[in-house]
Amino acid sequence: MSLLAVEGLEKRYGGLVAVRGMRFSVAAGEILGLIGPNGSGKSTVMKLIMGIERPNAGRVVLDGQDVTGWPSHRIARRGVGLVFQHSRPLARQTVLENIELALLPDSLVRLAGARHLRDRAEAIAHRCGLGAVLHRRPGTLPFADLRRMEMAKAVARDPQVVLVDEPFAGLTSGEVAEISALIAGFRAEGRAVLLVDHNVKSVAALVDRALAMYLGERIAEGTAAEVMAHPRVREVYLGSGSMTRADRAPPAVQAGPPLLEVEGLGVQYGKAQALEGVGLRVSKGECVSVVGLNGAGKTTLFNAICGLVPYAGQVRWDGVPLAGRTAASIARDGIAQCPETRELFGDMTVQENLQLGGNHLATTDRTRQLAWLHGLFPILQDRAGQRARTLSGGEQQMLAIARALMMQPRLLILDEPTLGLAPVILEQISHALDVLRTTTPITVLLGEQNVTFALPHADRVYVLEHARIVWEGPPDRFAQEAGAGLL
Amino acid sequence: MRTALLFLATVGLLALVPLGVSGYVIGLLTFAWYFGVFAMSWDLLFGYAGEVNFGPTFLIGLGAYGAGMLNTLLGWPVPACVLGGAGIAVVGGLLLAVPALRLSGPYFGLVTLVAVLMLQQGVTIGARWTGGEIGLALDDVLSIDERVNYWVALAFLGVSGLVLLAYSRSPAGLILQACGQDRVQAGALGFNVAKHKVAAFCLSALFSGLSGAMLVFYYGTVSPGTVVDIAVGVQVIIAAVLGGRRTIVGAVIGATFLVVAGEQLRPLGQLATFVVSAVALAAILFFPDGILGVLRRIRRQ
Repeated sequence: MSLLAVEGLEKRYGGLVAVRGMRFSVAAGEILGLIGPNGSGKSTVMKLIMGIERPNAGRVVLDGQDVTGWPSHRIARRGVGLVFQHSRPLARQTVLENIELALLPDSLVRLAGARHLRDRAEAIAHRCGLGAVLHRRPGTLPFADLRRMEMAKAVARDPQVVLVDEPFAGLTSGEVAEISALIAGFRAEGRAVLLVDHNVKSVAALVDRALAMYLGERIAEGTAAEVMAHPRVREVYLGSGSMTRADRAPPAVQAGPPLLEVEGLGVQYGKAQALEGVGLRVSKGECVSVVGLNGAGKTTLFNAICGLVPYAGQVRWDGVPLAGRTAASIARDGIAQCPETRELFGDMTVQENLQLGGNHLATTDRTRQLAWLHGLFPILQDRAGQRARTLSGGEQQMLAIARALMMQPRLLILDEPTLGLAPVILEQISHALDVLRTTTPITVLLGEQNVTFALPHADRVYVLEHARIVWEGPPDRFAQEAGAGLL
Repeated sequence: MRTALLFLATVGLLALVPLGVSGYVIGLLTFAWYFGVFAMSWDLLFGYAGEVNFGPTFLIGLGAYGAGMLNTLLGWPVPACVLGGAGIAVVGGLLLAVPALRLSGPYFGLVTLVAVLMLQQGVTIGARWTGGEIGLALDDVLSIDERVNYWVALAFLGVSGLVLLAYSRSPAGLILQACGQDRVQAGALGFNVAKHKVAAFCLSALFSGLSGAMLVFYYGTVSPGTVVDIAVGVQVIIAAVLGGRRTIVGAVIGATFLVVAGEQLRPLGQLATFVVSAVALAAILFFPDGILGVLRRIRRQ
């Protein structure tokens, strides 16, 4: 008997289909892993179940009762708890008070606390391993304890169904084991657990079944091993088929300092270590790929280089340290990033977005650069007067790359340009990269999860895993030496 | 609990003030106590419900004009007018909050701002009943004894402060804070966010309206410049932020500071407002936790 069942669930945001035809069920005492790369729609599925978003079609059934379209507070009271990855706990209250909050009845007139609530909150805190920090404030806790507190809050009302959002992000392997044990404990208590994660490997040992999603649809379901071996899943995570490699000899290594040199780079987000001791060199004219799963730290690395996050260690550009410079001055110095999230100006037209990128250029240069980019991405010329937010995902990605190129950068950083794109678009972007490599002196730093896309476009490859560089080498040695361990 | 006792003790001490100072100071402080209630009511929304109400004078003005017009038009006795005015403020607040709280972020604030402008226009348009821009002289006053007026205002401040403190520190207040900080999570924890925010808005409207209504019976007149104008609302906001966000009592400290400082600097003429505003701006920039936050930090060290 399934406690949670989802049938034909669909969610659209305007023209974008975030989730389509989703169906699965979770039984009492079972953990289902919902797996998919960023942007695949798995978080949307969780929000649809919790009632944070309303589905356009389909049903959510809790223990036989249809709860589709209910507001989230009613779904919560019906027996669903959600462990948030990021939340804003009450900073002035203690851990215990934060858990007590989750136990309070939804009443406006309840003006006095109750002793039995405090006792229950304490019991829950102890069960979640928070016994030592009961009276501390959330702001003083290490990251893993904050995660535990979120777990404690979510299970405080004794829900039958627990939804867990990326519980292992930012944790060390020891902490991962402890949190895993906690989630396994929910299963032992007879709850139905839906575990959402982008990484199959990290949840493989914990889940009873796994379901893989891509572009809003289910692509595989079965045991974790079956899902990992499924050809579609491997294709989604690592890419597929054969990409033609533009023939070109790697640029001769030049004397003097490399164009970009990263040394001992460390970045912390609050208490989470996002990068640790990362070193990297990119020579002039080279195309270097940084390969790693979602969450490995690629975006953080690029943001550190661009001066968008504070860091420890050194980033040298043309031999000169970049520390202390503003993001704007680094960008003007020739480092253009095309971020994973694209960050287009959605209400502006395609043309306006491009002109903003080339704002600093003289009119004739701008016109020439624009003409060149229209040759590289002809679709952008057809769409010139259209608002950026109404473009398809692939067109948006091309616009983001083109806008970065309008800055006439010396180094172009591309963060996950293939994320969530259809194969035909991938080929177009791949072609554009080949053109860049063979006809321009632009240096490229490419962050990718899709190895099949990254390798043909790289002179050298770095593998980033859990905040560290774990492998470095030429693309032809990647498959033997690093490929197996990635997924 | 300790905050409440400290608050009560301070109010008790302040009750002795009229025995030793001039009528002028008494009058000044009487206004400060009503102003303090405005600021506390605003802090309940900003500090706890997490909503920026740019139009505190919409609620204050409804209470003030409601009470004033019940007195001049219907000849109701003062207590009935005060309660009636407060009731009108709550109803008006509800009519505004229920649709406005569905919006998020800056849009809620904009709606409240527009509401003030509408009220201001309404007063002008209905000049026959409201007295228009000149104002309305009431038939009754609270008392002609300035000390009695002072004690009434102080007692009202004490009661309002205790109620708001008790609510903000209660389990319901905790839920309200959670709704203000992370409404998605509050919903997922089983709390009806809209219900809690609307309730907070009503409570804020109730005390703003009561205070506005009592203030006009203290003055004996009601005019847009004293209870509706946007500038008055800005002063209320500055008082609450200056005193210390999410503290309730901080708002009273901020309000008293603004009133007293404005008066001390009166010899500077137009410059006085400028200096007070500059001090407030500096305090908000450098001490975002407000006066109370600074005091707490000093005590901890």
